[in-house]
Amino acid sequence: MTPAAHTVVLLDPARLARARRSVAARHKRERAFQWFCVVVASACVVMLGAIVVGILAAGIGSVTRTFLTAPPSPEPAEAGFYPAIMGSVWLLVLVAAVTLPLGVAAAIILEEYKPRRRLSRLAHGFIETNITNLAGVPSVVYGIVGLTAFVSMFGLFGNELNPALETGAGYYDQFYNEADQVILVPVAGPDAPETVPRAGMRALNAEKRPLAANIIGPDDPWPDDPAVAARTLRSTDFSGRISERTVFYLRLPLGRGLLAGALTLSLVILPIVIITSQEALRAVPNSLRDAALGLGATRRRVVFRVTLPAALPGIMTGAILAMSRAIGEAAPLLMIAGIVFITFPPGNLMDDFTAMPLQIYNWAQRPQQEFHELAAAGIVVLLGVLLVFNGAAIVIRQRFQGRGS
Amino acid sequence: MTGRDAFLGQPPQAILADPRRLRSHRRQRVVDRTVVGALGAAATLSVLVTAAILFVLGTETVRFFRQDEVSLGEFFGSARWSPLLGSEKHFGIWPLVCGTALVAGIALLVAVPLGLVTAIFLSEYAPPRVRATLKPALEVLAGIPTVVYGFLALVLVTPGLRLVFDGLGSYNAISAGIAVGVLIVPIISSVSEDAMRAVPQALRDGVYGVGGTRFDAAVKVVFPAALSGIVSAVLLAAARAIGETMIVALAAGSTPKVTLDPTEEVQTMTGFMVQMALGDVSNFGVEYFSMYAVAAMLFALTMGFTLLGAHVRRRFREAYE
Repeated sequence: MTPAAHTVVLLDPARLARARRSVAARHKRERAFQWFCVVVASACVVMLGAIVVGILAAGIGSVTRTFLTAPPSPEPAEAGFYPAIMGSVWLLVLVAAVTLPLGVAAAIILEEYKPRRRLSRLAHGFIETNITNLAGVPSVVYGIVGLTAFVSMFGLFGNELNPALETGAGYYDQFYNEADQVILVPVAGPDAPETVPRAGMRALNAEKRPLAANIIGPDDPWPDDPAVAARTLRSTDFSGRISERTVFYLRLPLGRGLLAGALTLSLVILPIVIITSQEALRAVPNSLRDAALGLGATRRRVVFRVTLPAALPGIMTGAILAMSRAIGEAAPLLMIAGIVFITFPPGNLMDDFTAMPLQIYNWAQRPQQEFHELAAAGIVVLLGVLLVFNGAAIVIRQRFQGRGS
Repeated sequence: MTGRDAFLGQPPQAILADPRRLRSHRRQRVVDRTVVGALGAAATLSVLVTAAILFVLGTETVRFFRQDEVSLGEFFGSARWSPLLGSEKHFGIWPLVCGTALVAGIALLVAVPLGLVTAIFLSEYAPPRVRATLKPALEVLAGIPTVVYGFLALVLVTPGLRLVFDGLGSYNAISAGIAVGVLIVPIISSVSEDAMRAVPQALRDGVYGVGGTRFDAAVKVVFPAALSGIVSAVLLAAARAIGETMIVALAAGSTPKVTLDPTEEVQTMTGFMVQMALGDVSNFGVEYFSMYAVAAMLFALTMGFTLLGAHVRRRFREAYE
């Protein structure tokens, strides 16, 4: 085609008009699509707003002092969230204690000690793929694995009701004498023979202070002095066996207790902590590492004196976000603990427990409107905690952004 | 005086020959090895976790199929799932798979269009300031606990849907599906946005150079170029939808059935596991072990989707530069 032919084609009025129309149509389509995108994308934000506002409206009125400090109750007006809040706090501390050291350590070896030999490179790649895949395993599956691995420990240690190993529990025979005083006699274990009152035996008062028990026969007169009467038992009195668990109570298998729940939750969170820590370490510029190596630092010094401090804000941000995932996670805990009626915060690592999302589920699944209001109030508290967490993460991220690069 | 100060001011030969230096060097090596060993142990733990998952699911599932009441043929061949009916126990997995597929399908119908359009907007249209607000908002949406979504499905979505579907029951597949859909929008949008942003600017410039609009660039060039990432995002989201538990436990119901009607009550695999965990089932009955068989099935399905997603991303990636 010669240049002249071009000119003829472009100046053909019919073609020109068609070309203009097509340009106009395309611009119209462009604008329409842009608006469509804006509408859809803002729908997400609107949805978020609607969720938060809706929940706040439904629940904020029920977040009262009673709600925050009282135990749950079958009576909606008196029900509270306290054991669930404390359960979540315990879980959070335990999960952080387990996952943060392990997760950061794994991230360091994966990011900072890149292997050179072929075999270790293979192992390295395998572990990395494995962690990515673990992050995709549904949390309820971790729950069911925890049921076998932690709650019953593969049946290696007998069953929960009759644990093979137990420490931190004290067993007592408890007497009530005729002056209505409690006298405790420590015994060796749950299967020890029943205590028969006799002179000189080890006895404690209700506050666990030792006392010298005054043993009298079944027909002897009751002492007049109230101080003596308080520590008097007849030799024919009967006792009841009680057990007291200290804060350090431990047993194997773990049973459906706090520690089993926390370990299961740690399995869910660990891949997330590893991946976010890896990203934080990766974001540290190589020039820092090279400079340290150039000054003669060993690899270990580079990691612990240079890379890790530089990556710390990123690791902390990731850790906080992982913890907020942990605090909202319900499915694995539901598999471990089920729904039990719990009125006390956990007292030791083996105690039965509940957590905020579990209690919310418990209330939400009931048909009555009053319990739905309680669920909404619980959600307000939970979202409030998450908001604080996310806020902290954002503050850390912004304060340290760009530093070291 | 610390170890290093001892060498200050001495000639290099003296430092090299100093036995203190050799000792400290040896000690350093021991510390180095210990540190690397400890770090390596932490990383190896993740392999141990995988092994534990496979071992637990494997052994307990085998124990399930050893029981007299069950057979592999019935498990994969029957469409009746009634593990709790004393004498009339049936263990056909299909009703649970069907319920799961129905809920996940509805979720994807909601989430794929929303997520992809949001991703296109974020990657191709949004000015930096809009992006800076929209992305954190989506992250927050992804961070809301799923029990909250379940509650909303129950008290907000279902009553809302009654305006459309007359006489909708309290528990139904569609409200659970919509809630799961909202939950997975951020997964789809963020993973596919990453894929689209990875497409080099030169390709877009090429489109503008031949007179194309931004729409042309986004839909006809960037989208196809990022397709492998987008497909893997959808597969990842599907895995998440299949494994989602609390929403379906609250909103989908607990009647296993084979149906494609979204207004009906269904039970998913995860929903069944929650039902078993809540019930007072003896620890050694066949119905207790059925929970592990369902968990193994769920694990296999989600792992399949996750691995497929990773494979698609690797195998079909359009590499530039």
